[in-house]
Amino acid sequence: MTQHSLGEFEELVLLMVAALHDEAYGVVILEGLEEKLKKKVNISAVHVALKRIEDKGFVKSRMGGITEDRGGRRKKFYVITALGKRMLDAQYDLRNSIYKQIPKISFG
Amino acid sequence: MKNNPPKRPLQFLRWFCREDYLDEIEGDLTEVFIKQAETHPRKAKWKFAWSVIKYFRPEFLKSFKNHQPNAYGMYKSYFKIGWRNLVRNNGYSVINIGGLAIGMAVAMFIGLWVNDEISFNKNHTNYADIAQVRYSNFDQSTHTTGGSDGVPLPMGAVLKDTYKQNFKHVLMAWWLGDYSLTAGENQLTAKGEFIEPEVIDMLSLKMLRGSNHALADPHSIILSQTLAETIFGATDPINKTLRIDNNFDVKVTGVYEDLPRNSKFGEVHFFSPWDLWVSANNWIKDSANDWNNSSFNIYIQKHPHVSYEGIDNAIKDIYYKPVARADINHKKVALLYPMSQWHLYSEFKDGRPAGGRITFVWLFGTVGFFVLFLACINFMNLSTARSEKRAKEVGIRKAIGSAKEALIFQFLIESFLVVLLAFVLTLILVTISFPWFNELAGKKLSIPFTNPIFWLASLTFVTLTGFLAGLYPSFYLSTFQPVKVLKGAIRVGRFASLPRKVLVVVQFTVSVVLIIGTILVYQQIQYASNRPIGYNREGLLTLPINDPGYKGKPDVIKNELLNTGVVEDMALSSNTMTKSNRHLSGFNWPGKDPEKEASFNCVDVSYGFGKMVGWQIIAGRDFSEALSTDSTTIIINETAATYLNLKNPIGEFITTRGGQSLQIVGVVKDMVMDSPYEPVKRGIYFLDKNYVAARQIIIKINPTVSAAEALPEIEAIFKKIVPSASFDYKFVDDLYANKFSQEQRIGKLATFFAILAIFISCLGLIGLASFIAEQRTKEIGVRKILGATVTNLWQMLCKDFVTLIMISCLIATPIAYSLMNGWLQKYTYRTEISWWVFVATALGTFCITLLTISYQAVKAARMNPVNSLKSE
Repeated sequence: MTQHSLGEFEELVLLMVAALHDEAYGVVILEGLEEKLKKKVNISAVHVALKRIEDKGFVKSRMGGITEDRGGRRKKFYVITALGKRMLDAQYDLRNSIYKQIPKISFG
Repeated sequence: MKNNPPKRPLQFLRWFCREDYLDEIEGDLTEVFIKQAETHPRKAKWKFAWSVIKYFRPEFLKSFKNHQPNAYGMYKSYFKIGWRNLVRNNGYSVINIGGLAIGMAVAMFIGLWVNDEISFNKNHTNYADIAQVRYSNFDQSTHTTGGSDGVPLPMGAVLKDTYKQNFKHVLMAWWLGDYSLTAGENQLTAKGEFIEPEVIDMLSLKMLRGSNHALADPHSIILSQTLAETIFGATDPINKTLRIDNNFDVKVTGVYEDLPRNSKFGEVHFFSPWDLWVSANNWIKDSANDWNNSSFNIYIQKHPHVSYEGIDNAIKDIYYKPVARADINHKKVALLYPMSQWHLYSEFKDGRPAGGRITFVWLFGTVGFFVLFLACINFMNLSTARSEKRAKEVGIRKAIGSAKEALIFQFLIESFLVVLLAFVLTLILVTISFPWFNELAGKKLSIPFTNPIFWLASLTFVTLTGFLAGLYPSFYLSTFQPVKVLKGAIRVGRFASLPRKVLVVVQFTVSVVLIIGTILVYQQIQYASNRPIGYNREGLLTLPINDPGYKGKPDVIKNELLNTGVVEDMALSSNTMTKSNRHLSGFNWPGKDPEKEASFNCVDVSYGFGKMVGWQIIAGRDFSEALSTDSTTIIINETAATYLNLKNPIGEFITTRGGQSLQIVGVVKDMVMDSPYEPVKRGIYFLDKNYVAARQIIIKINPTVSAAEALPEIEAIFKKIVPSASFDYKFVDDLYANKFSQEQRIGKLATFFAILAIFISCLGLIGLASFIAEQRTKEIGVRKILGATVTNLWQMLCKDFVTLIMISCLIATPIAYSLMNGWLQKYTYRTEISWWVFVATALGTFCITLLTISYQAVKAARMNPVNSLKSE
């Protein structure tokens, strides 16, 4: 199995999917990101990222029921897969281990 | 409404976005939009649109390449299924394709014929601007308006002078006529025209040799390519000398490309200058100021910017303006007769062009359409009738997901398949029968295989027919409900077969109308040809005096001819027996109403003319050689006698315009010289003792001798006495028969169409009858077992059809009556429409129908019930 890489924005989206657990769909993810990042994000960027991490197998999706406030369109919910979780863990460990190597230098 | 996302970006999104992503993307976009629209509606719209554009990237695009998966296979299956159906039901297929092909062949013939008719004369570049000058005149006493294309010579000068701003050309011309042309030993007769030299420009003749001014020299002639080749073969014709009517010499100065057959001048093979004709005929010079001699033709080409109405208005009073002429006593109005009307509107009513061949263009166009329509009806009927057999197929197709549109499409494709096959058959049929059609229609047409317009028209035609023929079946079949069909209940009610019945009625109505029409056309021809013509045309020959060599010879010829014994008699006349061409006016007689028109058809005859042609004197006597005073006597016909309104015309005097007094010595029964459908013109016969006005020699062959024996002997005598003249005889019988050629042709064509119409209709009936018999096989079996006889069954099967035919006859009778009554109105001398025509047609149609369906009915009725009932 080829080792998939994870882009920065993709990682954020994946994190958000994992955080929202089972309630994650486009708009909620968007709003969560906007809140955390404190800047405007375009929904299309979220979708692109979602498609990519889905293709890489980090998330899986299912279709929800029809809700009226979406023009009769169904929601697509995303859940993180075990692979996705492992990827996040690996990323986290990687960053943590490198972070720990930073000498204790005061930056004032 | 405020909360709805903008339409166009949404449409765009739906158009390009992958189906499986659309729900998510559109839903999310909408949700974001709605939230934002609460605070910033305008901004939300822009944002929405912008986001949509951002989605326009490869990973979200749907694949346009595989939009219609497996479409090719589907079409292929349509054709395959269509073909299998054709082959399996080969009987129906033959009826279908054959019937349609015949209908299409007829439509194609008619299309080509109509095209030829309406393109008459259109080969001339100045088609729209060329016209002939005519006049019309109103007769106070009879309240009729007549007219002619013969106009006075001075009118030309006035048109060229006073009205010149309207015209590019005003050309004086003589009538088209046959002339003998001699080149050395070679002599032949050709139709030619003496006309002013600008004719080359007016008719846009394409000069192969010589210039556009080739007729500038008065002693010139230009020949058509064909004539030039006939006379001179391969040698160069330019500057060769020809002799016209053995009278005057001309020099060939040009050769022009043959005009197409469908043009008035198509038969004309040479043009020679008008001045030459004037110099050869001294009397014309005397007519230069004679407004009463209407013996000339004038052709004009107007300037494109002037309208015909404008010119008509300007020249209508040309007889009285700018110079008032008191000697023209009847109101004469000059008018233009545009080239576009020469062929199609050649009949005149009240002095104006009104109808003619255009009637037949419409008539045959309609008939062609109807014959094609009948063939289409057959197709529709058979397809819907057979639909029951295919109902299960439709049900299954629908059940496994075929859309209604796809089924319509499938049946249309099948219909196109049939039409295409029929079209191929049509081309074969038309190619084979073209010579025969040409003979029938008197044309020289061929299939224009190289003409793109023909193919375009054919394509339209095939598409239209395929669509028309396939329309009803495809829509009907595709509406079947799969549940009902598969359960086996497709008989939707007693009105299911109603459209089919209506179509059969329409079909037979058209056929019956055509048959009645045909019978009446034939009756009219028969009626007119049985009309008493007032003389005996048997064995009469006529030949023109077209050579100066005849001068002083008639008596010698007569004696020699009588000596041979093959000739009974010979006489001379100013015209042929079948055409009057001299109408003189200005006569006066005692008790004449001054308002009454005084023109008569004048014929100069030699002694013995009357006796020879067998005219019937009803009062007075014939001209007598014994009485020298007879040179100032006349004989009038019955119509003239009635017109003069004299108690006892014999012995009365009438005076000519010149003041000469003539005594009436006899009244003869009317002789039909012109149209056999028109009343005979009032006529005066003058005695022409010294053959001054004689233009025709009329010979009566001895009835005991056959024409084949007599002709060589007669020719020998003519060659001996007048060697320079061409022996160019015609039988009066033939000339008379020619008068019927038009009607005869229509009669033949109408018969042809009527036969085809009834044939196509019967083809349809065969199909329907056999289908219905097949459908009721079980019923027939049960009935037979219960004791029904073959006759019972036959009656049962025929009853439905007979009712339909009866309805058709009832509808067709008034239609045919009013149509044919209208047609007959244009003949003054016409047959009555009698009731038996309608009855006979109805009976005939019944018989044909019964014969057609009886075959199927009897076959079905005679079947062994064991066979029909055991099969399941």
